[in-house]
Amino acid sequence: MSTSMSTVARGLDDLQALADRVIELVREHPGPSADGSPGTPAEVEANVRVSRTRHGLTRFANSVIHQHVGEDTVTVALTVAVGGRTASASTTRIAATELAELVDTTITSAALQPIDPHWPGATPAAEPAFASNHDDATAAATADQRAGGVEAFVAADPQLRAAGYLDTETSWVAMASTAGQRVAGSTTRATVDGIHQTDTSAGSGHQTSVRLADLDAAAAGAVAADRARRSARFRDIAPGAYPVVLGPEAVATILTFLTIYGFNAKSYLEGGSFAELGAQQFDPAISVWQDPTDPRAIGLPFDGEGTPRTRFPLIEDGVTRTLAHDRRTATRAGVTSNGSAVPGAEAFGAVPTNVVMSAGDTPAEELVAGIERGLMITQFNYVRVLEPKTVTATGLTRNGTFLIEDGEVTGAVGNLRFTQGFVAALAAGQVRGVGADQRYADAEFGAGMVIAPSLALASWNFTGGAKG
Amino acid sequence: MPEPGRPAATRQAGDEMFDHARAAVEGALDAGATYADARVVIRRHEALHAHNGELEAVRNDVDAGVGVRALVGSSWGFAASSELTGVAATRAGAEATATAKASARVPGSGLHLADVPAVEDTYTTPFREDPFTVSLEDKVEVVVSASRTMHEVEGVMVATAQLMFWDTDKWFVSSQGHRIHQRILETGCGMDATAVGEQETQRRSYPQSFGHVETGGYEVVRRFDLPGHAQETAEEAVQLLTAADCPSGELDVILESSQLALQIHESVGHAIELDRILGWEAAFAGTSFLELAQLGRLRYGSELMNITADATIPGALATFGYDDEGTPAQRVDIVREGTWVGVLSGRDSAHLAGLAPGGMVRADGFNRMPMVRMTNVGLTPGDSSMEEIVAETKHGVVMATNRSWSIDDKRLNFQFGCEIGWEVKDGKRVRMVKNPTYTGITPRFWGSMDMLAGGEEWFPWGVPNCGKGQPMQVGHTGHPAAPARFSSVRVGVKA
Repeated sequence: MSTSMSTVARGLDDLQALADRVIELVREHPGPSADGSPGTPAEVEANVRVSRTRHGLTRFANSVIHQHVGEDTVTVALTVAVGGRTASASTTRIAATELAELVDTTITSAALQPIDPHWPGATPAAEPAFASNHDDATAAATADQRAGGVEAFVAADPQLRAAGYLDTETSWVAMASTAGQRVAGSTTRATVDGIHQTDTSAGSGHQTSVRLADLDAAAAGAVAADRARRSARFRDIAPGAYPVVLGPEAVATILTFLTIYGFNAKSYLEGGSFAELGAQQFDPAISVWQDPTDPRAIGLPFDGEGTPRTRFPLIEDGVTRTLAHDRRTATRAGVTSNGSAVPGAEAFGAVPTNVVMSAGDTPAEELVAGIERGLMITQFNYVRVLEPKTVTATGLTRNGTFLIEDGEVTGAVGNLRFTQGFVAALAAGQVRGVGADQRYADAEFGAGMVIAPSLALASWNFTGGAKG
Repeated sequence: MPEPGRPAATRQAGDEMFDHARAAVEGALDAGATYADARVVIRRHEALHAHNGELEAVRNDVDAGVGVRALVGSSWGFAASSELTGVAATRAGAEATATAKASARVPGSGLHLADVPAVEDTYTTPFREDPFTVSLEDKVEVVVSASRTMHEVEGVMVATAQLMFWDTDKWFVSSQGHRIHQRILETGCGMDATAVGEQETQRRSYPQSFGHVETGGYEVVRRFDLPGHAQETAEEAVQLLTAADCPSGELDVILESSQLALQIHESVGHAIELDRILGWEAAFAGTSFLELAQLGRLRYGSELMNITADATIPGALATFGYDDEGTPAQRVDIVREGTWVGVLSGRDSAHLAGLAPGGMVRADGFNRMPMVRMTNVGLTPGDSSMEEIVAETKHGVVMATNRSWSIDDKRLNFQFGCEIGWEVKDGKRVRMVKNPTYTGITPRFWGSMDMLAGGEEWFPWGVPNCGKGQPMQVGHTGHPAAPARFSSVRVGVKA
């Protein structure tokens, strides 16, 4: 449950007024000269982003709700350039005196900096081409509604121990710039994510949607319980290379790392990306898009700099197509930003969001067909990159790892550690099937970021069992 | 009196902040909570980031608000608001209780709190030089010159340097009578150089990956002298491109202290968190291979292994006066001569386990619920040295500076990668090696520790990026460590 907002900033109109007021304060500021000394004011440019996040999360463990949390936070984030010298600041204090202090300290700070050679200017005016998905009922969800969902997840198998969360989140954002940009939008998300546990195993279930009403927590709980029960008796198998069927959660992990390390234009410009634009780097069965226009999309119609977001291909039929740009990298590369700036992440670079891998036409349960001896992986855990340029990573399996023999799932196996190059795993000839079961999947870095199907791959390199 | 360098929000009278916290607690109690506590937090963060000799970002962020926790039956309710008024605080308190009551749909046994004395006190991090009063030009010069020096080394593609400062005021009030104000000042710095080859990148960081942070002032930045170490850091990154690959097989592994600090963090620190042991974090962070019934008996490592959780070490990152439940900072034995003897706990988990509360519950800002967090969890010093360890090693690999880390949800099976290694043969470092990795199982690995350094090589490293909880919280933890040797470890794991 969240606290009520101050009367200063409740809805989008209030946030937009706040953003406009900050831009006014920037324009009214007497401004230091470009070299920091008193004198003729230098040109001051600014982007301001005002956001309100209302988040309610109900956690459960040992089949009991043990934590129920809520927050309601308004944040004003300001970037200014004084004669090309930049600084950024943010605050959750939104009274008039504190906003004036924010503007003054940020302008003063900027004037003391060296020239920022990659400052692309304040964001110009441009209308988003689509509206974001927002559900009023989800925005108004109560603690009791969330608890009801948890009750259903737990009740899916009262004999097992359940743990996880059900949350609802609403983001309202308004932006303005001295170059005339003025946009606002809001989005909602609801997620149920949890496990059921036996004494020897665990299985997971996950659902995410723009609408709380779309979630079927009982069904998610039933999936988790089924995986846990089927994993309760397992055997350990020898490490080695196996064909695999990866569930949507595992595929989402691969996509998250590929996008962060490979499709980040800053990483590309600095030689750290595997991406070769126009090259067939992946199997023709693989197509991946940034698609904020998807009817299921959770997110805003503009990015962290206020640039309208667009739909574009990252990988099309296996060919590497497009990098994610913010205004800084776009200026360096001589292209136009495609609306991929992440708020506050100037130093890291742009990252694709609303990542969608195209579905295939094979029912997920049929992906095991033709695999003589392989593994079905529900989820990866604690994946970390060893070599960014090839996106070679290590991690473990979790919450349901099963043996495939002669085209059928024949039992559970203990969790395994892998060390695998993700680009190589999806290379031409490596993809044996793409499932039709495309849905939101959690890649262990947060819900509502990736929509992915199951995949059958020719080989995955397991380098150890959970016992060493 | 206002303090120079602190924002207006922080300069507001402490009494007013205590009043807001008190209003939140009373709001929760009036709505039916059996216990409530509240924190008003004003946190200022400044960060400077230079890239290839140019200043890339200067940030100044302030987050402020009230967070209130209410206990009803078997569940906590928590509500937070960035609106700092008495009315908003009272409302937050009432809503924290309402959320806790909603949990009755899926109830458990009543949750109780271990006793701690109700304290009225203040605590301030000792420091010599407030980083927020150091001129911006001086700070910019440090990161720009360090990254420029590294970038000028032929072969270096990316060179970054960072400074980071946090200045946090917390006013804590509980329904049991706590009234505590703390000011925690944290200062950190770091830099890295990346050289890019045909199908690889090689990176060297200083003083460790992700930067190193301490409680203290700008004296930390001056002590680590980034510009003075830039040349060597960059040259090593370039040298790694042509170095031999780390050998594969079972060899002795010698870890320098910052890598051992992360090894402690992942394979000891998280495993001994009582909330994990009790299953409260099972779905996301995971559980632990440790079971309470084994406390006092389980063999965690060799007799050289003595681990403490000590929130009183001067300058260490997780040093404070009181945790976010008002429990005093303390030193607790965790592993004594290889035997597991202690846990990290809060008041609720300690009561459930029948243990004394350890004062190890902290939150990431005003809008996150306090949870069990590592304090300064680390090794007590041994009596050897890196030089002696290398001299007494027949065949092994010295590994330094973390590059990657992964461990399973029970904190048993781990694999780490380091930035740089040196193969050791017959007591001498014979060559630099790249891509060093090692993997193991926690108690087996710690059981193989047969040499441990101490003296001036023991250092309390600060880790500023520990993720845990839902919603995610980033914690600041400390890990004293010294170089150590582990025998017969699997190294050189390949894709």
